[in-house]
Amino acid sequence: MKNRAGDYLILDKATGAYRENPEQAVRDDVEKHYWLHVGRTILKDWRLYLMLVPMLLVFLFWRYMPMYELLGSFKVDDVVKPVADQYFKGFSNFKGLLLGTGTFSTLSTEFWRAMRNTFLLSFYGLLFGFPMPILLALFFNEIKSDIVRSGLQVFTYLPKFMSTVVMTSLVIMLIRQGSSATGAPPGIVSQALAGLGLISQETAQNGLLKDPNYFRAIYQISGIWETAGYSSIVFFAAIISISPTSYEAAQIDGANKWAQMRYVVLPSILSTIVIMLITSIGSMLSIGYEKVLLLNEKFPTNHMTSEVISTFSWRIKADQNQSGLASAAEMMNNVVGMLLVIGANTIARKASNVSLY
Amino acid sequence: MKRKLEISELIFKVFSYTFLTVFALLCLYPFLYAVSASLSGRHAVEYQELIVFPKDIQFEAFAAMFTNNQFWNAYSNTLFLTIYGTIWSLGVSILGGYALSKKRLLFRKTFNFFLVFTMWFSAGIVPQYLNYLATKTVFNSVGIMDDKWLVVIAMGMAAMNIILLRNAFENVPSEIEEAAIVDGATEMQVLSKVFIPMSKSTIATVALFFAISRWNGYFWARQMISNANEQPLQVFIRNQLEQYTDLEQLGGWSAPYAPDSIIFALIVCSIIPILIIYPFIQKYFAKGANAGGVKE
Repeated sequence: MKNRAGDYLILDKATGAYRENPEQAVRDDVEKHYWLHVGRTILKDWRLYLMLVPMLLVFLFWRYMPMYELLGSFKVDDVVKPVADQYFKGFSNFKGLLLGTGTFSTLSTEFWRAMRNTFLLSFYGLLFGFPMPILLALFFNEIKSDIVRSGLQVFTYLPKFMSTVVMTSLVIMLIRQGSSATGAPPGIVSQALAGLGLISQETAQNGLLKDPNYFRAIYQISGIWETAGYSSIVFFAAIISISPTSYEAAQIDGANKWAQMRYVVLPSILSTIVIMLITSIGSMLSIGYEKVLLLNEKFPTNHMTSEVISTFSWRIKADQNQSGLASAAEMMNNVVGMLLVIGANTIARKASNVSLY
Repeated sequence: MKRKLEISELIFKVFSYTFLTVFALLCLYPFLYAVSASLSGRHAVEYQELIVFPKDIQFEAFAAMFTNNQFWNAYSNTLFLTIYGTIWSLGVSILGGYALSKKRLLFRKTFNFFLVFTMWFSAGIVPQYLNYLATKTVFNSVGIMDDKWLVVIAMGMAAMNIILLRNAFENVPSEIEEAAIVDGATEMQVLSKVFIPMSKSTIATVALFFAISRWNGYFWARQMISNANEQPLQVFIRNQLEQYTDLEQLGGWSAPYAPDSIIFALIVCSIIPILIIYPFIQKYFAKGANAGGVKE
């Protein structure tokens, strides 16, 4: 039953008469003056909201404002004017990069090359880099002595805490070229690889990083060296949380090591694997530009396989000052990257009820 | 009674031990080599004669570096960026994470999305660079001429770390908070006297993440800091590397150590602080790595 104003009335059991519902009245009031109530709540609790402000400002200025700069990809490159005042020119930057019409033909070739390299570096990273930590975790689980195990673990985490500069410097030095003038041999790792017959003596002498054929391998191997140990922590934690009774039950049923792996360990760590896989797929296209740039800056001959979208756009910006074009390239990369995250997350949610976001 | 190992288990165990030992040694090797090469004589380094242990030991490479003012300059710049950067990032993240952990916060979902979206979509380095240039102009116009402060304030914030803190604060029992409020504690006191002490280990983890990323920061420091004397150690290392590896003919090089030794000595010096604190902090990193995999 409603009163004249249209509000619902409630039956008061004590008096047997209808009266106005006080809760409903408050609810109606909030609905009518929503923003007023929001304002009042915030004012009353201003200390809490003030705490949010620095974080919001930092993210607004240095995470969201760059997205506004992406609008430059739709505009004429004019370095003098800020983005807002530039002349809008539609999708020509995108079209040029994608289709290579007119003056864009070489740039477009380089763009597609960079796109291909980005995909391949990420894909190989997943293919070789992703299983490695899981294997390490399985192996670590075999070592029952805590001291031995944590000793080994500490060594394998170590490279993770080194900076990209230190890591790439070590890579560059260990596979450096030999010198024909002084007859100095190449770096120690190059020598070892040549000794094992994995690369030719000549390639080693000329500098392994200069040869585009080996960049992907260098990138992946150094990546595994850097992160595999650290990434294994998550899987190891999942494995040691498996109850010993599960193994015992499997052993009573006559399961050997492989059957235990298949029917006890794998199902228990599957959700961790799925979550880590979503995370890796999500960051697939955000290939570490710092590492690539440090590894190919001084070695232009390996750009054939090393140039990725972010370094490609960085070079367009640095060499030709065409920030609009550079932004267009990054925009495409980032949109595809975001679709990958959302796609991976959706598939994982459907398939196994595990989702990250 | 101990169960006898089955043959498949034995094979797996032996293989595990072997593999892990080899892998751990390979992880360690580049650092060992760096130490040896920084201490070895010129001929031994140039002709790649050392494999593990130093040969013809010299200390001149380290001495040359320690007497180089630029090196100390870079080191102190790195300390500046690490200390102030960590304090700033951690402070902002604790405040933000605390506010986000409160159920009574209006638009909580919107704020969370605001954070998480930056993990999905980033503008990329060129737009970021243009944006930094713009904010640099703003900083300069309000009188902050020192680019280091821009790096401190603008860089190194990570949505993931804020989410870790938020989750830790959410796990603090609400009874304790209510008790503190009944005792008349203000919001700030609740945070500093109740929430921070009760989430110490997460805060330590996040602080270490921030500190390591500041210590290791290279690209943006190089782009943003225009004064060469204010560049941090990582930029200094890279500049030295480029300078010395460009010396293809070493005709003009007369020092008793190889140019490479200088680079290796620099690398050793830049990782020593991390190595010293590493044994004490690595359990926190392990914790952080696990928290990162937990469903948020």
